[in-house]
Amino acid sequence: MYHCLPANLPGLQPPEPPGERLRRNGLTALHPVVLVPGIVTGGLELWEGRPCSDGLFRQRLWGGGFAEIFKRPMCWLEHLSLDNETGLDPPGIRVRAVSGLVAADYFAPGYFVWANLIENLARIGYEEKNMYMAAYDWRLSFQNTELRDQTLSRLKSKIELMYVINGHKKVVVVPHSMGGNYFLHFMKWVEAPPPMGGGGGPGWCAKHIKSIMNIGPVFLGVPKAVGSILSAESKDVAFLRAMAPGLLDSEIFGLQAMERVMRVSRTWDSLISLLPKGGESIWGNLDWSPEEDHVCDSGMRVYQQQFEAKPNDTNGRRVFQVQESTKYGSIVSFGNTPSEMGSQKQVSLGNDASPKSRASCGNVQTEYDEVSQETIRKISEERAYTADTLLDLLRSVAPKMMTRAEAHFSHGIADNISDPKYNLYKYWSNPLETKLPDAPDMEIYCLYGVGIPTERSYVYKLSPPGRCRSIPLQIDSSADGSQNGCLKGGVHFVDGDESVPVLSAGFMCAKGWRGKTRFNPSGIATHIREYKHKAPANFLEGRGLESGAHVDIMGNVALIEDVLRVAAGASGVEMEGDRIYSDIIKLSEKINIHL
Amino acid sequence: MPSLRRRRASGGEAVRAPDPDEKKPELRKPRKQQKWSCVDSCCWLIGCICVVWWGLLFSYNMMPSSFPQYVTEAITGPMPDPPWVKLKKEGLEAKHPVVFVPGIVTGGLELWEGHSCAEGLFRKRLWGGTFGEVYKRPLCWVEHMSLDNETGLDPPGVRVRPVTGLVAADYFAPGYFVWAVLIASLARIGYEEKAMYMAAYDWRLSFQNTEVRDGTLSRIKSNIELMVATSGHRAVIIPHSMGVLYFLHFMKWVEAPAPMGGGGGPDWCAKHIKAVMNIGGPLLGVPKAVSGLFSAEARDIAVARAIAPGVLDKDLFRIQTLQHIMKMTRTWDSTMSMIPKGGETIWGGLDWSPEQGYAVSKRKQNTNQSENAASTEDGNVEPNAKHAHYGRMISFGKDVAEADSSKIERIDFRDAVKGNNFGNNTCGDVWTEYHDMGISGITAIAEYKAYTAGDILDLLNYVAPKMMERGSAHFSYGIADNLDDPKYTHYKYWSNPLETRLPNAPDMEVFSMYGTGIPTERAYVYKQVPAAECYIPFQIDTSAVEEDKDRCIKDGVFTVDGDETVPILSAGFMSAKGWRGKTRFNPSGMKNYVREYDHAPPANLLEGRGTQSGAHVDIMGNFALIEDVMRVAAGATGDELGGDRVFSDIFKWSDKIDLPL
Repeated sequence: MYHCLPANLPGLQPPEPPGERLRRNGLTALHPVVLVPGIVTGGLELWEGRPCSDGLFRQRLWGGGFAEIFKRPMCWLEHLSLDNETGLDPPGIRVRAVSGLVAADYFAPGYFVWANLIENLARIGYEEKNMYMAAYDWRLSFQNTELRDQTLSRLKSKIELMYVINGHKKVVVVPHSMGGNYFLHFMKWVEAPPPMGGGGGPGWCAKHIKSIMNIGPVFLGVPKAVGSILSAESKDVAFLRAMAPGLLDSEIFGLQAMERVMRVSRTWDSLISLLPKGGESIWGNLDWSPEEDHVCDSGMRVYQQQFEAKPNDTNGRRVFQVQESTKYGSIVSFGNTPSEMGSQKQVSLGNDASPKSRASCGNVQTEYDEVSQETIRKISEERAYTADTLLDLLRSVAPKMMTRAEAHFSHGIADNISDPKYNLYKYWSNPLETKLPDAPDMEIYCLYGVGIPTERSYVYKLSPPGRCRSIPLQIDSSADGSQNGCLKGGVHFVDGDESVPVLSAGFMCAKGWRGKTRFNPSGIATHIREYKHKAPANFLEGRGLESGAHVDIMGNVALIEDVLRVAAGASGVEMEGDRIYSDIIKLSEKINIHL
Repeated sequence: MPSLRRRRASGGEAVRAPDPDEKKPELRKPRKQQKWSCVDSCCWLIGCICVVWWGLLFSYNMMPSSFPQYVTEAITGPMPDPPWVKLKKEGLEAKHPVVFVPGIVTGGLELWEGHSCAEGLFRKRLWGGTFGEVYKRPLCWVEHMSLDNETGLDPPGVRVRPVTGLVAADYFAPGYFVWAVLIASLARIGYEEKAMYMAAYDWRLSFQNTEVRDGTLSRIKSNIELMVATSGHRAVIIPHSMGVLYFLHFMKWVEAPAPMGGGGGPDWCAKHIKAVMNIGGPLLGVPKAVSGLFSAEARDIAVARAIAPGVLDKDLFRIQTLQHIMKMTRTWDSTMSMIPKGGETIWGGLDWSPEQGYAVSKRKQNTNQSENAASTEDGNVEPNAKHAHYGRMISFGKDVAEADSSKIERIDFRDAVKGNNFGNNTCGDVWTEYHDMGISGITAIAEYKAYTAGDILDLLNYVAPKMMERGSAHFSYGIADNLDDPKYTHYKYWSNPLETRLPNAPDMEVFSMYGTGIPTERAYVYKQVPAAECYIPFQIDTSAVEEDKDRCIKDGVFTVDGDETVPILSAGFMSAKGWRGKTRFNPSGMKNYVREYDHAPPANLLEGRGTQSGAHVDIMGNFALIEDVMRVAAGATGDELGGDRVFSDIFKWSDKIDLPL
């Protein structure tokens, strides 16, 4: 019966796709399009594995059905890990990125990523000849994708090819999420001389690229990355968890799900590229932060008034919250004072840390096992970490990972960008330590969703000593409520697209690159296009046509229309320039960096 | 779960049902018996089936994945070691990047834009995969698979494009491998996607049109350049079937100056290609293509037919299946690339053919037989010899096929006037060019009686003028007298090995690898179909059968040695003679090797399609061939492989062909 249904019944009256309407208005394919997927969304497949992975040759380990997680969870984790020392393949295992449009059109059956955009591009005449998915292994550091798979060379060759066979039309690049950083890295790489770079020469970008349409970019990093590295607890270290909430549950990996996940994800260098960049001058310090005036929602405003109407109630606590919550600047803070925590617990934690008891917990080890309890207690006593000191914190709790990854990524702000040290590839993906290429005709767009509370900073506490808990820190989910309603479950929220705060997505386009600055010496035009989140009206609409969420925005009709227009030849001016709903301009003004 | 629930439900019924009877068992014994056998046993049956089904499903899922292999080994003894086991022990490692060039039919095609009837099929495979849509909406499918009759490109509003990446042709249909085994083997010695490239192209188009429409040749060029640059080694090219012709075209294209060519310069091939390993290449065309174009009857113009025999059955398209197929395939220019090339010089005339004297039954006693045959050939004094006239590629009537040439009266058809359109509009919307010919035209064709490879071109020009007009702009079938003639720089000659030179690359190697030992279509006996209102007016005369085993005629088809699709003459001649040494077709004298793989059918059903198969597509799973490919990819030269490896009479037959070199 299901098969006999006419194909259009389930949709009833599907709204007309934007591509169809634009085609009627005469839009046709003009510029070749390059899609650059972000972290997590790209599929990975197995090319060589251990005996336990028998029969999975060229089957997807990541993306698709995820059936193997259930069948052989340990084997799966083992194959997704990278080598702890080199950040490359462990011996005997080769897991590679799926190539082609299938790499990231759907993340899992029915869960689209790029599929909607691809379909709409196809409606105005795109096909594989002028559309390319620059799939890469998102676990590796960016330079390592070139080292191991020659992915950057491949991308260069593809762009050159499409430029030639499509009548010398420049390409429009559409990176999503971490893809924005990846493409930033690519632009520096391609113009740098070999062997470190691609040897394309200084005019390469100007010649081949028309515009870059960053969707939900994470130029300045995301606080979420901190949470996931520190305690594997970010709300979506993988979308995975949202999609199949049971997947990472304790039952599958035994008691130590978190530990194992942490161990695997800490071998992924790319996570480090997502740490907040620019330090205190961008993200604020203990005394200020650019978003400090943010008020979370109207409901909370009422709450705030009520709160102030009763000043005498729980006076001490209120003072404490005023100190803590309005200051997003401390990305990690240990909210509970040592006295509340109780020295007794700390002592027992110390006892628990003896090697013997650890051994009884099986073979799961995280780097925390190598970090002494003394250090951890010191960490918690420090009470607050800003974007600057945060890096020190991570270095002390995850020394191996940070030494490996800091050879590939940098998180500072350049004082003198002409310093020859900035020719090193570790700076290429940090917009605050590189210049944009010399391409005055190029355009850069920042397209992102707003109107969803987004993680900005965390309140941590020491884990209660458990039998096999080897992660000593965890988010203090009891820390709740605050003056402006932005603290929930131990997390401070600001405006954003659920993953990326507007600050990170929009700052470079709003200020850092706007006009001729030292980061943008040729004065490449930048445009901000924000999309206000509107939850889907009913169940049939699926993930919504006006969503602003980090991934669901790829189905946002307005965004698709913008991308299509630019691909068909429109310039930023024809697109009516900026479209802003959030406070991004105001926020940017508060940030005082030398331009 | 659903099955479990159903089982419970039905089980419950089964238990409840006998209750009323048990209250008074003594009284109603006879009736109870009756009732039991009727309703209750039904319920029990359903219950049992559900339990068994569920049980099987459960145990199937619990089965270790290597279980089928245990069963196979238990029955047949241990499987032969796959080639990579040995080669990995020898220390072979990935060295040269590898390019696969798939052949006709095996590459997947997907929909990018279609008419309203194809809704919901965006980026779904129309060709390759499960072919589910053929059943669901056959006419829509045919409409989308057809190309424009005039241009040979997309019809308006339809865009069907080749699938890209290794998935394009690893499996043709689920479980039916094409390149998958080879890919898996190469992966074992360290290959992955950065050093392996599937040069997928739209196999329906003429070769030059793939560049015009999709930029496919440029894409291949750019990919090879990239792989050579990143790996530091020249590429090994592995074309299969029509891919061989396609790559021949590519090699000329890439060195030709822009805009017609790729502008790679005269030493591009020398710089980028180490070896071309042709698998089952129809370099001189296949007779099968003729029958396919002439009457849509080839045994497998599509492998599809073999896989899903019902797909092309008549009831699907009602009575006009063949016409629909013919109409569709005649819009595919690429089929014309495989019309036999070289005319009578290669394929034989009315009275002789290179394969003359070939006898299936005696093939294994190779030496004796061939000497005998040779002696009779040389004398050429056996007018009534009992050998088949393979040179007559199409003959009307079995007697014509066997008669001596002097006894055949042929009336030239070329000037015959085509009659009026004889089928008015009763045939519906199905239209083949036959309807323009009229009865007199058809009769004239039958009157000509016997067609050689040279005549066939005229024949096709006559019966399908539009198609041939389109095709002749893209392909040529002759033999060049003077290769320096500037006309040969035109792209229509590039895929004909008899009208082009190999590139100037003395270090490059060419391998011709193909299966032998399977009867392969070589010539046809046709008959005229009476009452040709809505039918194709010609058919293979399947009544033409010969008992004598040596005569190789069955169901109206003369067969010779080959790989089921390509006769060895077509696959092997160029490497055995045409390109061997320094010839005018191979001025730089690049080395040529013939590697034959004798067909051995799979020992039993469990072996699948066999590890020693020589059949046209199944050969891709042949362990000996895979080993050769892996060795060359890892750096071996042709001499290190052991030079030629020949089972058939290819060298003898090649000698008989009198071609100035």
